[in-house]
Amino acid sequence: MSARLFLLQRLTALILAPLVLVHLGVIIYAVRNGLSAGEILERTRGSLGWAAFYGGFVLTVSAHGAIGLRSILIEWGGQGRRSATAIGWAAGSLLLVLGLRAVWAVTGGGA
Amino acid sequence: MIRPACNHPGYWAFLLHRLSGLALVLFLPVHFWVLGTALDETEFGVFIAWTAHPLVKFGEWGLVLLLAAHMTGGVRLLMLEFLPWSERQKTRIAVSLGLALGFGAAFALGLV
Repeated sequence: MSARLFLLQRLTALILAPLVLVHLGVIIYAVRNGLSAGEILERTRGSLGWAAFYGGFVLTVSAHGAIGLRSILIEWGGQGRRSATAIGWAAGSLLLVLGLRAVWAVTGGGA
Repeated sequence: MIRPACNHPGYWAFLLHRLSGLALVLFLPVHFWVLGTALDETEFGVFIAWTAHPLVKFGEWGLVLLLAAHMTGGVRLLMLEFLPWSERQKTRIAVSLGLALGFGAAFALGLV
């Protein structure tokens, strides 16, 4: 892994750790009486705070997941650096697009 | 032949971190796709109703555990790499945090 990717992976991990803690807290809170679509959307729809939180989460996790996947492809998957980087970019882009769409769907969509 | 030090707690921690990360990165597109169905509330409601199934609950519990394990393992790595503490101190902190989160999440999910 290049020094820049190594540092970016650590930096995103540092950002993700508190976000994951909050997300785990939200999960535990959300499932206390069973999940309900109405309850989830009531909490998130029109909330700029949750949109910013999960938007940032998606952005960071897309980079973190892509770099991690690239490393696994090189070390375990027998891929060359160039193809692993290309797959990493594709995976990161997919995560970013699907993730931002999900954030829009639960915070803005239908509001 | 020199055998790599595979039967070592550090190796198992590495393996858990890598496998949980791989599982999470494969799960995330599905997670995002399902949440994206909230653009159509009826479709979203169908997916959320599906989460009442015991097998789905078991899967959710596994994912929460993987997420907690990947986070605590990652915090352990960051501490190893960036903090001037002894390894034993850092391991204890990561283990206790992981256990606490695991028990808390399992209890909260109310699987029993």
